[in-house]
Amino acid sequence: MNIQLTVNGKAQEKEVDARLLLVHFLRDDLGLTGTKIGCDTSQCGACVVSMDGKTIKSCTCLAVQANGSDITTIEGVAPDGVLDPVQEAFWDNHGLQCGYCTAGMIITTVELLKKNPNPSDDEVREGLKGNICRCTGYQNIVKSVQAAAKVNRS
Amino acid sequence: MFATEFEYQRATSVSEAIQLLSNNPGAKILAGGHSLLPMMKLRLTSIPMLIDIGGINELRGISVENNILRIGALTTHAEIAESYDVKDNAGILWETAYGIGDPQVRNRGTIGGNISHADPASDLPTVLKVMDAKFTIQGTGGLMRGGSRVVSADDFFIGPFETDLGENEILTAIEMPVLMANQHAEYAKMAHPATSFAVVGAGVVLTVEDDVCTAARVAVGGFTPVPTRGLTVEQALIGKVLNEENIASATILIHGDLGSDVFGDVFASAEYRQAMAAIELKHAIFHATGLAHHN
Repeated sequence: MNIQLTVNGKAQEKEVDARLLLVHFLRDDLGLTGTKIGCDTSQCGACVVSMDGKTIKSCTCLAVQANGSDITTIEGVAPDGVLDPVQEAFWDNHGLQCGYCTAGMIITTVELLKKNPNPSDDEVREGLKGNICRCTGYQNIVKSVQAAAKVNRS
Repeated sequence: MFATEFEYQRATSVSEAIQLLSNNPGAKILAGGHSLLPMMKLRLTSIPMLIDIGGINELRGISVENNILRIGALTTHAEIAESYDVKDNAGILWETAYGIGDPQVRNRGTIGGNISHADPASDLPTVLKVMDAKFTIQGTGGLMRGGSRVVSADDFFIGPFETDLGENEILTAIEMPVLMANQHAEYAKMAHPATSFAVVGAGVVLTVEDDVCTAARVAVGGFTPVPTRGLTVEQALIGKVLNEENIASATILIHGDLGSDVFGDVFASAEYRQAMAAIELKHAIFHATGLAHHN
């Protein structure tokens, strides 16, 4: 199948197998390995990317289903090397330990704060429900999201 | 994980999708893919052809007309959870949609896909049953009525992962009467902590006039092959004042409605779920009527 889509602002056109998952397309075909594969069963959120402004789990989406869409991966969050306020906040607040969940956490947080610029801690936790941190660093993740929200609002 | 190889077709209209289904035995419809793709990846099923209906915009959307709430089959859980039309007219569905999975699952999963998949652990079948929903189905054969037919939620669900949908048919829309000011509805669930799936789910829609219950639809799901209507519970509620005592004595009758086909697993045994059915039903009625909060 031929697919055409935009990834991090760049038009892409490839021939792919129907059964190729979006996450493998991003990692193996485009070399964008910032997106991780964790549970591979749409539970952990390591593979979260933004598709047409909505966060999705790229392990549970076929590459052919992404045809015509606009995808943002973690590589597209800081395209010119300047960190996004969300990335800065995770850095400043020790919002990551091993880092495996971080790409998904950041993508989810960016979309979360677009929808809700001033979330309560409960709303942050609810918003990050689909992203699991196996280092269990949730306190600092919530702190990071709140710090980013504050910077975005100022 | 990769699914076994399959052919992929993109349908641009409902009639094209039905045509593809008819011409390709064994082919299945792909909507949001949040039930089907995991099953294919885990090799629980192998499907020769997927017909992607994701681009058919006529299947999306939410509207209210003549006191009927209509939701296109391809509408996502997130769109339902963000809709004021749903919130104002069917609050029970609005809240239930918000409780499904997580934000990413809600962004991709669709109401039509959920219903067609008919997972016994899912919330929506129970809620749609108490809301007396009707499903519009299009196809080429069977009970033709201008190419489409309407099946009630009561008749649609046949068994675990089994529905009234024929081989060459597609669910296109879900319709339900909007809730009136004297109707109170609630879905209470004991959710599995990891998956949010219902260990026990209980839905109620109660009509109350002058403090007396004049009509009731109640159902429990999550641990039975299909959502089970509590017909004797309904009879026990009708004509009664909805106080704590009457609610308790009515909801306990759900045990008689359940029958013997009750699921259990390592997380929650069948006996436990059966016992919790009456409790969750009680919680649902308490919340619906504003009587009490459960902890």
